[in-house]
Amino acid sequence: MSDGAPLPSLRFRDDEPADEPAVSLDAFLDQPEAVSVRIEGGDDVRRLAPVLDRLRLVEVDFPRFRDGRGYSSARILREMGYHGELKAVGDVLVDQLLFMRRCGFDSFAPDGPIDTATALRALNHFDFVYQQATDARVPVWKLRHG
Amino acid sequence: MYRYDQYDQAIVDARVEEFRDQVARRIAGEMTDDQFKPLRLKNGLYLQLHAYMLRVAIPYGTVNSRQLRVLAHIARTYDRGYGHFTTRQNIQFNWIKLEDTPDILAELAKVEMHAIQTSGESIRNISADQFAGAAADEVCDPRPWAELIRQFTTFHPEFSYLPRKFKIGLTASDNDRAAIKLHDVGLQVLRGSDGEFGFRVYVGGGMGRTPFVAHLIRDYLPAASICSYLEAILRVWNRNGRRDNIHKQRIKILVHDLGAEEFTRQVEEEFAAIQPLGDDIPLAEYERIAAYFVPPPFEQDLSDALDLSDPRFAAWVERNVHAHKQPGYAITTISLKPIGGIPGDVSADQIDLLADLAEQYSFDELRPTHAQNVVLPHVRKADLYAIWQQLEAAGLATANLDLISEMIVCPGLDYCSLANARSIPVAQKIAERFADPARQLDVGELKLKISGCINACGHHHVGHIGILGVDRKGTENFQLLLGGSGAEDATLAKIVGPGFTEDGVVDAVERAVEKYREIRQPGERFLDTYRRVGVEPFKEAIYV
Amino acid sequence: MKLLTGNNLTEGYVIWWTGDGWSRHVEEAIDVDDKAEQLAQTEAAACRVNNPYVVEAEPGPNGPVPLHIKERIRATGPTVRPDLLLQPADKSAGSYVI
Repeated sequence: MSDGAPLPSLRFRDDEPADEPAVSLDAFLDQPEAVSVRIEGGDDVRRLAPVLDRLRLVEVDFPRFRDGRGYSSARILREMGYHGELKAVGDVLVDQLLFMRRCGFDSFAPDGPIDTATALRALNHFDFVYQQATDARVPVWKLRHG
Repeated sequence: MYRYDQYDQAIVDARVEEFRDQVARRIAGEMTDDQFKPLRLKNGLYLQLHAYMLRVAIPYGTVNSRQLRVLAHIARTYDRGYGHFTTRQNIQFNWIKLEDTPDILAELAKVEMHAIQTSGESIRNISADQFAGAAADEVCDPRPWAELIRQFTTFHPEFSYLPRKFKIGLTASDNDRAAIKLHDVGLQVLRGSDGEFGFRVYVGGGMGRTPFVAHLIRDYLPAASICSYLEAILRVWNRNGRRDNIHKQRIKILVHDLGAEEFTRQVEEEFAAIQPLGDDIPLAEYERIAAYFVPPPFEQDLSDALDLSDPRFAAWVERNVHAHKQPGYAITTISLKPIGGIPGDVSADQIDLLADLAEQYSFDELRPTHAQNVVLPHVRKADLYAIWQQLEAAGLATANLDLISEMIVCPGLDYCSLANARSIPVAQKIAERFADPARQLDVGELKLKISGCINACGHHHVGHIGILGVDRKGTENFQLLLGGSGAEDATLAKIVGPGFTEDGVVDAVERAVEKYREIRQPGERFLDTYRRVGVEPFKEAIYV
Repeated sequence: MKLLTGNNLTEGYVIWWTGDGWSRHVEEAIDVDDKAEQLAQTEAAACRVNNPYVVEAEPGPNGPVPLHIKERIRATGPTVRPDLLLQPADKSAGSYVI
C-alpha cells in the first residue's frame, strides 16, 4: 500500500494517480484526449478495446455492493491487456476487497470509510486460492502439479 | 471419496477464521444486518422463523462415517437433536445460534466439511447422481468432475456477487437420477468418439416462480474446457442478468429473454475469448482427484442369492434396493419418509446409526439424495438382512421408495420465513391416508412433491402430483398440479383448477389416484396414464 | 394492534417488544402504535434485535395474538414438533417419532 494514501481510499500502485476526472464511456470514446473513464454497471468494457493505449484510469462503479457486474468488467479489461489503474468506486465493502484485487482492481474509493487494519486482515485471510485470476496468485492446481 | 490435501484444509480453515472475524464485527455492531447478510449466507447461515438455520455442504452428496458422527454431535451440542437432509444433498440444522457458528464451522473443518456457498447469491453445492460409482448405466463416476468444479467455483473472485443463486448438477448416465435439467447448469458426462470424456451442457433449468426445463446449449464439450466454459456461461449471465427484480434474476430468465440461440451464441463468443487464457484446470488435476474415486475393493464372486422369506424384508428389498454393477452387491436407499414423520428429518441417534452402517457395510460412504433420502451405495447382498433389521429398530426401514407416501416436502411454514403455508402436515395426512402398504404398492410409482410457497423448494413443478401452498387472504390454501417429471423426460406439471383447504387437497389427491386406478392400462404408472389421457378426466374426478 | 418483533441477534430466537425490553413471549408484547420505526432503528443499531418488523395482532385472553398464521407460528414454534414449542405440549413427543 502506498504511503500517505488518504483514508478512506486505498491504492496499490506506485505510479502517480491520473488527475483528470473520469468521463462516461460514451464521452471517452468521443474525446481522443481523455485518459480517464468511468464504467457504470451496464457498460460494455469491450468497447474500450481499440483505445486501451491512451487509458490511464478506469473507475468501475458498484451502485450497490450486491451488484457484481463490476468484477467481470475489471477482469475483461485485464484480459484485454489493460495495465493502467483500475479503481472500484461506490458501494464497496471491506469484505469484497480480496475478490476485487483478484479481478484486477488496484485502487478503491468506497462511499463508506474502510478501516485500514480491517482491510489488511480481509486481504490476507487466504494463503491459497483455487482459481487462476487476473492477479499474480498461483492457483492451488498449479502448486499441486508444478 | 475425496480427501483434502494441505491446500484444501488451509482454505477451509482460513474461511472459518474469516467468518469468525465477520461474526465478531456483526455482534459488535460494526456491520448492519444488510451488510452482514450476504456474508453469513455465503456460510450457509439463514435467519429462519424460529432461529438461525445452518446448511452444511455435503459436496455431490457423499459423506463418510467420521463426518456423520460430527454432524450428529452438532445436532446434539448446538441444535435440538436432529438435522434435515435437503433437496440439494446437503444437511441443515434449524436451531443454531449465531455466536456458536464459528465454533461449529471449526468442528466441521476438522473433518473436511464446511458451509461455504450453501446459500446466498452464490454458486451452490454441486449435486450428482446418488448412485455414482455403483450403477451399471453410467459412463464413469461423475464425482471427480463434481469435485473439480466444486474447487473451481469456491470463492471464485468474479462470480461471488451474482444476480441470484446458481446450481450445477451432474450425471454420467442417460437415466437422470440427479434432475440435471432442473438446474441452472446441468452436465451429463459422455465419452466422445475419440474415447475422451466430454459434457453435454444444459443451461437455464429451475423451479421457483417461473419454472423452466434447461436448454441443451452444447452437445459435446471436451472435458478439459469445462472450467472456461462455465466461466463463459457465468460471465454472460453476471453481465447481462437482470438486477432490478429479485424474482427475475436467475439465469433461466436470461436464457428465456434472449432465446436459447442468442444466449448460446453469446456464451460461445465469451468462451472463445476465455478459453485461450489458460484458466482451465488441467487433466492432471482431474486424474489426481479421480484417484480418490476408484471402485472400492469389492469382493469377487459373491452370490446374488437373497433369502426373501421374511415378507417385510422382501417388501423393503423390492422397493428400496437397486441392482449394483458388481455381482453380489446392491444399492440401498434408506427412506427418510416414515408414515406420519417429517420427510428428510433424522435424529442425532439415527445419524450415528447411518454412520455405523456406512462404515461397516458400505465402504464408509453414505449418499444423501435430492429426494431427501440417503443411500448406502455398495452393500453386499449377504448383509442386507442385518442392515434392514437395524434400520427397522431405528424407524428407518419404511419400504416406500418412489411410492405415494415417499414425498419430497419442503420445511414449509413450520420452519421457513419465506413460506405461505405449512407443507409437512399435508404430507403427513396424505401419507396416513395411503398408509396401507398394499394400497401403495397397488398405486405404484407416484412421485408427489409439496412446496409451501412459490419458491418451489419442494419441487412441486416436477411432481407426478404437485402441491403448492399459498396464502389466500391470510389462510392456507393448496393448489394441485399434475403431470410433472424431474427425470431425463423432464416436464412441468400443470395446475388442475381452484385450490383446496388442507383436508380438501388430501381428498383431491385421493380422487386423482382413484381415477388413475380406474382408467389405467397394464404397466402404466400414474404419470403414464396422465400423459395418455390428459388432464380432463382427472379434473372431472377431482372437482366432482 | 401493532407489535414489534424480530430475532435476538446472537442466539436467533424470536422476540417481542414489551415496552421496556424484549421478551420471548408474545403475551408480554405491547401495542407499539406509531413508535415502531424509531424503536426498530434504535434497537437494531444497539444490536438488541435483528431484522425488526411490525406485526398486526388482536387482544387475546392472555395477551396479544398475532393475526397471521406465520406470526402465530413464530410465537409458538413449529406445529409439527409439539416437543419443540416454546411451551412444549409434551416434552417427550418428538423423541420416538424420528
